[in-house]
Amino acid sequence: MNIFSPEAMIQLSLALPALAILLVLLTGRFPNVREACTLVVATILFLINCDLASYVFAGERPSWNLGQMMMPGFDIAFTVEPLGMLFALVASGLWVLTTVYAIGYMRGHHEKNQTRFFACFAAAIFAAMAAAFSANLFTLFVMYEVMTISTYPLVTHHGDEKAKRGGRVYLGILLSTSVAFFMFAIAWTWKISATLTFRQGGILSEAFSNGEVSELQLAILLGLFAFGIGKAALMPFHRWLPAAMVAPTPVSALLHAVAVVKVGVFSLLKVAIYIFGLDLINDTGAGEWLCYVAAATILLASLVAMTKDNLKARLAYSTISQLAYITLGAAIATPESALGGGMHIAMHAVGKITLFFCAGAIYVGAHKTDISQMKGLGRAMPFTFAAFLIAAISIIGLPPGGGSWSKWLLALGAAETGQTFLIATLMISSLLNIAYLIPIPIRAFMVPDGEEPQSFNEGPKMCVVPLCITAVGSVALFFYANSIYDCLLPIVQ
Amino acid sequence: MIEFLQYHLPVLLIVIPMIAAPLAVLIGNRRVVQLLSLAVCWTTFGLALWMVAIVNSSGPVSYELGGWAPPYGIEYRVDQLNSFIIMFVSGLGAIVLTYSPHSLNAEIPQSQHYLFYPMYLLCMTGLMGICVTGDLFNVFVFLEISSLSTYALISLGKTRRAPLAAFQYLIMGTIGATFLLIGIGLLYQLTGTLNMADIALQLENQRQINDGQWTGSRTLLVAFAFLTVGLCIKMAVFPLHTWLPNSYAYAPSVVTAFVAATATKVSVYAFIRVVFGIFTPRFAFELLPLDTALWSFSLIGIFMASIAAIFQQDVKRRLAYSSIAQVGYMLLGISMANIDGLSAGIVHMFNHALIKGGLFMVVGCFVLRLGSVHLDDWKGAGRTMPWTSLAWVLGGLGLIGVPVTCGFISKWLLLTAALDNDLYPVAILMLISSLLAVIYVWQVVEVLYFAQPSEKAKKATEAPLLMLVTTYVVVGANIVFGVWTTYSAGLAAKAAKALLEGGSL
Amino acid sequence: MTLDEVFGLYNYWVVICLMMTGFYIVIARKNMIKTVIGLNIFQTSVVLLYITMGKVTGGTAPIIPPEIAAAQNDHHGHVDEHVQHIEQTTEQLQHAHEAVSETVHEVASETAGHGAELSAELIYSNPLPSVLMLTAIVVGIATTALALALIVRIGEDYGTVEEDEIQSINRQERRNKRAS
Repeated sequence: MNIFSPEAMIQLSLALPALAILLVLLTGRFPNVREACTLVVATILFLINCDLASYVFAGERPSWNLGQMMMPGFDIAFTVEPLGMLFALVASGLWVLTTVYAIGYMRGHHEKNQTRFFACFAAAIFAAMAAAFSANLFTLFVMYEVMTISTYPLVTHHGDEKAKRGGRVYLGILLSTSVAFFMFAIAWTWKISATLTFRQGGILSEAFSNGEVSELQLAILLGLFAFGIGKAALMPFHRWLPAAMVAPTPVSALLHAVAVVKVGVFSLLKVAIYIFGLDLINDTGAGEWLCYVAAATILLASLVAMTKDNLKARLAYSTISQLAYITLGAAIATPESALGGGMHIAMHAVGKITLFFCAGAIYVGAHKTDISQMKGLGRAMPFTFAAFLIAAISIIGLPPGGGSWSKWLLALGAAETGQTFLIATLMISSLLNIAYLIPIPIRAFMVPDGEEPQSFNEGPKMCVVPLCITAVGSVALFFYANSIYDCLLPIVQ
Repeated sequence: MIEFLQYHLPVLLIVIPMIAAPLAVLIGNRRVVQLLSLAVCWTTFGLALWMVAIVNSSGPVSYELGGWAPPYGIEYRVDQLNSFIIMFVSGLGAIVLTYSPHSLNAEIPQSQHYLFYPMYLLCMTGLMGICVTGDLFNVFVFLEISSLSTYALISLGKTRRAPLAAFQYLIMGTIGATFLLIGIGLLYQLTGTLNMADIALQLENQRQINDGQWTGSRTLLVAFAFLTVGLCIKMAVFPLHTWLPNSYAYAPSVVTAFVAATATKVSVYAFIRVVFGIFTPRFAFELLPLDTALWSFSLIGIFMASIAAIFQQDVKRRLAYSSIAQVGYMLLGISMANIDGLSAGIVHMFNHALIKGGLFMVVGCFVLRLGSVHLDDWKGAGRTMPWTSLAWVLGGLGLIGVPVTCGFISKWLLLTAALDNDLYPVAILMLISSLLAVIYVWQVVEVLYFAQPSEKAKKATEAPLLMLVTTYVVVGANIVFGVWTTYSAGLAAKAAKALLEGGSL
Repeated sequence: MTLDEVFGLYNYWVVICLMMTGFYIVIARKNMIKTVIGLNIFQTSVVLLYITMGKVTGGTAPIIPPEIAAAQNDHHGHVDEHVQHIEQTTEQLQHAHEAVSETVHEVASETAGHGAELSAELIYSNPLPSVLMLTAIVVGIATTALALALIVRIGEDYGTVEEDEIQSINRQERRNKRAS
């Protein structure tokens, strides 16, 4: 249905979440109306994005320029390209499911301040949409920061001492990195190349061939971006992720799958592909040291994950590890690795959100947070743990999980560089993934020692249905991986 | 009628508040005086807007006081820079006065109100006068008018520390103004004129400032030194800032809101006029190391003040130290002497006026309901005073400089200006210092929302509607001008261009 | 600098002495009234600076003598030329250590129809600095008045006008508040 022009669809994609904020605030006193507003808006948003995707994946690049109304000399502009479109699709689609899940969770848990919760959710999605469609680094930075601020009330939702401390780490790390490194990197990029617009092949290559920047400076610049984009959770600026676990689980699902972390790695990929250009990174070796850091993050995070008994903490470190895969893809900077990284955005999103949905369902249904308490719980919650198992397979990278394709591409990219330690890292981390993910559902389906098998007692329906859908989704993506690959291919040409 | 008004517009900006002040004293009736003052302030703001429109459409306006032609007569000259400043000074004056009634009732005895308003109007007159005049001695006169009324206003605070703070400010401020006077005198000796444009011309003709070599007299250097140091005292530049924390902390909330938003900015404007209009950037920045001096003192001031702010239990003192830091940012922009830096400095004057004005208005709301400025008493007030607390968050985000607020505009412009000049260390230090703002703003946010309510917070109700609405107008302007900057950064850029190309004077 | 020059600059020496005295009193004295007095001395020194700046050696009060006034009656006496010459004279005060060279002032007598040779050589001192100082003195008085009023209030509130005593009272108060 083509009632909207592509440009209008971009405008709608931004206006709809903003409208949702308003509607939620206005209908705060009527919870059902309020929730319905979010759901309707989210569904429309997803449909609009699907329509927009049909244009973008056919080769068009719709755009919308707001001009220099915010800052003289810098445009607020939006242009849709395949990577951003994929991110937007993932974000808007999962928003619908997360809202359903959140309704079940927040009501099942009798949480307070739900209006504020849903309003901030919509604000975060707005920022995600705007970031996905940004045409230049300035717009991206603005939306990146808006997301940090809009997710703070979500992270500190409970308002107690723990939430305060978690929020402090969250805000502290994200703001420090973005102001001290990211902002500086953007301004430096502007100084070098007099533009901030994302361009096929990057914008720094001319300056480099003119000798205005040296290889060392490019490496430093890439580092400033990599560490400055704190949402990509590269070590040592990763602590905000586990700290944000104090939030209610729908927020963790949002943070770890839909909005925050994906904005991080998405931004990093865009910088690598459209600011530096894959060729430039390869020619100058600017990404070499980043490969090491990313590999270290992958391994260390997996190792730490194995030591965590709290399920959400374990999943948090797993996320850090998985994000580093995408960073590695950007650092290796071959077409396969970049495509693998891009695909992993979708695969990991769907897989990880399932895992978090399960964690939340377990908490609401059985009031358990630690893995050691979950032995035998699978009898009571078969759907939940089955979904957990399926999603875990995707995260680990085994067929028929969608994650296997993205990891395969990343491995191909790593093989191309000839650096054996990278391939080794990928293999070892897959093993570690198995070690810290698989025991959970396996133990759950075992009979607890000396106790009676528990009776069927799943979490709220509105929690369980979404997680089943996303679990199925992570398998479905396995079969659609080829189309995703084809859609993403233009970004590396 | 319109022509009459338009012709006399520059002087009307001053005459209207100035005449209203003694009128208010004579009238004596609290209510009538309040209405009169409100009418006067809003009229002045309207005239200021008109002035901005005229200047932007047809160029700088020159007005001869009493019909005497410059350089013998006093000339009022309004160009893009001062029309911009007049606009936001009068605007903030009007809105803070609108906001004031409840706060005044609580902090100043009602029998004294009819004296408060004339002082406020005189302060306004002084500030407007500094901005509008093109005569250097006139600047001194209006500076003293605004300063004296400020001292009187500050001394109206409730505690006995208020007159003490006012006295300390008086001593330092008078020394500063006297330094200014000495500088003016020496310049007069050299050039024989007091008109700023004419002084610049005379200095040029005397070949004091020219071509790479310094051929001028030592008197000029001394004059420059006295002028800049005198103005630095009024701007509260480190290390001449010691009067500010006490003055802001112990004055009545309304006074702090008005003074914090306007007084230092007008002094920065005077500084810009003196350095760029009279002494020319080439003299100040190339022959003399003013740029190095400025950015080093600014940076030290920024860091020292931000760190001091983190440890203050009194929220008004916290914001006062923050103001010292923010003036540092303005001067940092000015020290770069390129279009970006200068417009960053100028737009930050506007943005900071909005941010600090808004934040002090929020503090006034809290003081009214909680009866205290100590963080301990503010604990948990986020629950009983949600709108006021939200206003603090929004204003605080502006102070930190998060995108979508006006604080970000200044910060970004400063950053790009610094990198343009290859001042990498300055850029990095500036960014790091803005992180300190996160700490001192967020400490208050945490106290408001995460702590158990204190006794006072439990009993508090939301601030009165008038105060809330006016506070949100200012805080909202924060956000509006963070997204739509045609009339803030756009105007500032035009003003900077005019200054650097010597077009205005 | 020759001895002549040193003595020739005596007005500036006086100004500097007064200025430093005043400034020192402001900084070093703890009694508030003395501080205000110091401020006054400081401001007075500046007044002297201006006034002595305006004085031209051999110059008289800037009042037009009756004869010349009468001669210029037809010309709506704007004494532009007088002022102009005074300005020129002032410009030459630039090198202060040099005694101001006499500027012979020709009164251009465009006396239509009189033909009188009123080519008097009159030198005027510059009136403008003195006028400026009238303003400055007024400002100074206002400041002093305000300062004294504040001191009266402070004296009533604290019982003393010594700054160090007041500071210790404040410190005590803060300690008590923290203790309670």
